[in-house]
Amino acid sequence: MKSLQELEAIRKRTLEGIQLRKEHDGTRVVVGMATCGIAAGARPVLAAFMDEVSTRSLQGVTVSQTGCIGVCRLEPIVEIYKPGMDKVTYVKVTPDMVGKIVTEHIVNDRVVEEYTIGYYESNRK
Amino acid sequence: MEFYRSQVLVCTGTGCTSSGSKDIIAEFEARIKENGLENEVKVVHTGCFGLCETGPVVIVYPEGAFYSHIKVTDVARIVSEHLLKGRIVRDLLYTHSVDEDDRIRSLDDVSFYKKQKRIALRNCGVINPEAIDEYIAFDGYKALEKCLFEYTGDEGRDAIIDTIIKSGLRGRGGGGFPTGLKWKFAKAPKSDIKYVCCNADEGDPGAFMDRSVLEGDPHAVLEAMAIAGYCIGAQQGYIYVRAEYPIAVHRLRIAINQAREYGLLGNNIFGTDFSFDIDLRLGSGAFVCGEETALLASIEGGRGEPRPRPPFPAVKGLFGKPTLLNNVETYANICQIILNGADWFASMGTEKSKGTKVFALGGKIVNTGLVEIPMGTTLREVIFDIGGGIPNGRKFKAAQTGGPSGGCIPASHLDTPIDYDNLTAIGSMMGSGGMIVMDEDNCMVNIAKFFLEFTVDESCGKCPPCRIGTRRMLEILEKITSGNGEPEDLDKLEKLATNIKASALCGLGQTAPNPVLSTLRYFRDEYEAHIYEHRCPAGVCKALLNYHIDPEKCKGCSLCARNCPVGAITGEIKKPYVIDNAKCIKCGACIEKCKFGAIERK
Repeated sequence: MKSLQELEAIRKRTLEGIQLRKEHDGTRVVVGMATCGIAAGARPVLAAFMDEVSTRSLQGVTVSQTGCIGVCRLEPIVEIYKPGMDKVTYVKVTPDMVGKIVTEHIVNDRVVEEYTIGYYESNRK
Repeated sequence: MEFYRSQVLVCTGTGCTSSGSKDIIAEFEARIKENGLENEVKVVHTGCFGLCETGPVVIVYPEGAFYSHIKVTDVARIVSEHLLKGRIVRDLLYTHSVDEDDRIRSLDDVSFYKKQKRIALRNCGVINPEAIDEYIAFDGYKALEKCLFEYTGDEGRDAIIDTIIKSGLRGRGGGGFPTGLKWKFAKAPKSDIKYVCCNADEGDPGAFMDRSVLEGDPHAVLEAMAIAGYCIGAQQGYIYVRAEYPIAVHRLRIAINQAREYGLLGNNIFGTDFSFDIDLRLGSGAFVCGEETALLASIEGGRGEPRPRPPFPAVKGLFGKPTLLNNVETYANICQIILNGADWFASMGTEKSKGTKVFALGGKIVNTGLVEIPMGTTLREVIFDIGGGIPNGRKFKAAQTGGPSGGCIPASHLDTPIDYDNLTAIGSMMGSGGMIVMDEDNCMVNIAKFFLEFTVDESCGKCPPCRIGTRRMLEILEKITSGNGEPEDLDKLEKLATNIKASALCGLGQTAPNPVLSTLRYFRDEYEAHIYEHRCPAGVCKALLNYHIDPEKCKGCSLCARNCPVGAITGEIKKPYVIDNAKCIKCGACIEKCKFGAIERK
């Protein structure tokens, strides 16, 4: 027999899994997954984001893909929409960078400047 | 629980299952695996979304993309485009979910859903009905917990019943009796054994509200029954469900077993001294078993026949013990009332009818499906705004509510706010919530005959007014539709109807004349046309139709003559043909074949 606590635990655990189906205004992580993105290695990046969100049990974060953003040379591109913050575009993302983006940007509201498109473009020779 | 970035919800209600959603699920699973997405995308079976017309329905979250009329061959595209690359396959989307600027609208903004308020159906199409954890996640079994721990003792139980009385909830099975009072009456008698029963013997033609609740959210009913058991002091519940609802039965069985496994049914629920269990009883298709006393007789193993009341079941019900019997949709509202309070529920609806009502929209309507609306919504809003109006540019003629017990509502009453009392006042009734829409091509006399045929068939035969009376009424209607009606038939019909209403034993007989009375009230001209002019205005009653070839339009091609099965059409090539109405069997084969529209039916 389940105790009240166990029931609450089931409730919490399951809700995380199915929140996706309710309207929400949490953080959205969007990975460019057109042919260019996939060719540049977007799939492992997407998987890394999912792992990170899942292991940290982050609430209200959705990971989804989108088509070509238009700057194929900078793929894989990841855009993060966090309520109250401007949209941030990260470029040439690799799975190694994902941990830092999640910790800094999604959890602590600090944009990882050195991965952004602005930083990349202005430091390019 | 695993984290999935995307979830594919596939409707496995009866409508979508019969249009092939099982194969679609299998195909999704195969394709998702093929693309290596099985750890990222989850396929979920859900209950009915309501828009059965557009089935099979698939919704992909987080985007909320609403795909309609999906075929197995479409699945590969959705997987490779949407799930893999994130590009929504626009041409497969439900048209109304894409607005003029080609943006995808949230499902709640689609006109079909915008005016709805889903309480009884809140989990339908959202959770997987075969996973108790998903029910629990959306506050499932929280109401039971609240009752057992916050409403202890006799006062506690009274307080729960008070909440339900204050909420204004009335029985959703058709009668509209205040639910809280019923609970109070069932609690009152002192008895060591009592029963809580659920009426899931939904039998009205065209009605599938209860079916969808059971298929989409079975635990909501189980939880409410347990609460009812706690309130009135019962330890055993029975759900009397039609055997013709195999998916509902299957999911109920799963739900009951899961609840037992979690200790939410059984002995000492949550470690308290309250024990309650539920069993299923399958009905075998007798409409009369939806009547409460007949239903209880059937559960006992007897013949499904009603008996006179009093004593009411609350005093002497199943196996002679005090019994509480509510309908599926009524139970589906209970937990929400307990969690959100009586005032919340009473804030919706009209003065005497609170909350929402589920309707099964059918007949001549664009969006066939299931809708839940606040009481007080007008028929016009339901039929035109939510239902999308009448297809093929035809005109609305009438809406039939309440099934064989209800009546037809004409266009002049379209702006009547729907509630129990208003519908009764205009000669129909709420009934369990079937709503069949009719257009100009429906003959109202024929409709009345259809419903009467149904009641004659389903009459249990115990009381003469129903057994003999309804048959006599049917004979008169048959006489009228075959062109042999006499002027005094209308008076006879009315007299019979009034007498049957007054003298039949149970609800079935007492309401059986309603379809005739309401059509006589609003469409008397159609009856009169049949009787005095031997004409069926809608062109439905075969015996009153004559086929005729317009000599101006006929080119003399002989196609009709060659296709007439009885050789009733004769003529010479290149000259107008003629139909011999004495031989004509009115099959209509000639009309279909004529390329010049020369044959008319009047």
